[in-house]
Amino acid sequence: MQEFAIILVSSILINNYVLVQFLGLCPFMGVSKKLESAIGMSAATTFVLTLTAMASYIVNELVLMPLGLIYLRTIAFILVIAAVVQFTKMFIEKTSPLLYRVLGVFLPLITTNCAVLGVALQNASKDLNFMQSSLYGFGAGAGFSLVLVLFSAMRERLAAADIPQPFEGAAIAMITAGLMSLAFMGFSGLV
Amino acid sequence: MIDAIAQQPMLAALFALVSLGIVFGGLLGFAAEKFKVKGDPIIEQIDNLLPQTQCGQCGFPGCRPYAQSIADGDAINKCPPGGQATINAIANLLDVPAPALDEEHGEEEEIKTIAYIREDECIGCTKCIQACPVDAILGAAKLMHTVIVSECTGCDLCVEPCPVDCIDMLPVIQGIVQWHWPSPASNIDLIATSKIPRREDAA
Repeated sequence: MQEFAIILVSSILINNYVLVQFLGLCPFMGVSKKLESAIGMSAATTFVLTLTAMASYIVNELVLMPLGLIYLRTIAFILVIAAVVQFTKMFIEKTSPLLYRVLGVFLPLITTNCAVLGVALQNASKDLNFMQSSLYGFGAGAGFSLVLVLFSAMRERLAAADIPQPFEGAAIAMITAGLMSLAFMGFSGLV
Repeated sequence: MIDAIAQQPMLAALFALVSLGIVFGGLLGFAAEKFKVKGDPIIEQIDNLLPQTQCGQCGFPGCRPYAQSIADGDAINKCPPGGQATINAIANLLDVPAPALDEEHGEEEEIKTIAYIREDECIGCTKCIQACPVDAILGAAKLMHTVIVSECTGCDLCVEPCPVDCIDMLPVIQGIVQWHWPSPASNIDLIATSKIPRREDAA
């Protein structure tokens, strides 16, 4: 139990994929303008991350390891991710057409979200078991959601704030992201 | 058999990726059947927001074709009968900024009107019946026509074809049935942030 808690804290706060490892920055910048779409994107990405962490563990253990094809990890995991994202896309289109429209092009772009591939590859190289890797995947997704929601809430405030003209728009967003990253670096050494 | 394949790295790689591809392909094929979406549900939602006058002032043959066109990315400000309220509702649904009504397609009427046929002047030509998009006009050839008040949407389309000009657009009489609280004016300060001047106003 304690081990699971450590995995979660480590993947959400200490090794946060966005702010500490700098993976998955494009949805972090792209979908954070509105809180509502940020929440939708977080949910979709968490779902995909958890599912890919599980699926890539299975593919790695049952197909790649027995055949001695560890060098094929990257391409096999990309295949897994593409399939899971496509599945998620169909699922969301059926269950929530509005969310589907709000997410728009970012939904298929989860495929190219490097955090997803990063989680799968790190799990494989760390030799985690099934439970640990799926928890890692979920933790990474939760960490991504946390910072995305925090960041989008801040950007909504920033949109109404009186910002000096040279810093308007993307510039102030970058500065904010940098400060958030500094703050998250402070978590290192927590465990 | 696995051992035999594992001896040949190239065969093993081919086997692994092809079988993965087949498995995922099968899964996605199954999901595509299972989660099939009939039509585009967003069209339905937009159509529900449009006023259903079927007047064609937007340039489309009715409200549903216009809803379809909005879903494909057309401008949302082409509906005079709906006015600003409809534009705001659609903008809210689609998460886009709400533009002002496009004057090209007509102006929003302050007072809702409905058609009234002066029955003693009507010659029973049925031309207005054919023009009415919502079948709100009742009558037969050589017999006088009349408007079903509760069905009329006030789209003006029957006025033009009438050869004897016996159709008037009358304002709806405000009774206890139709009356409702007026919506608040859009340019008053409802919340504190409305007082902060917008950037485009300041520049």
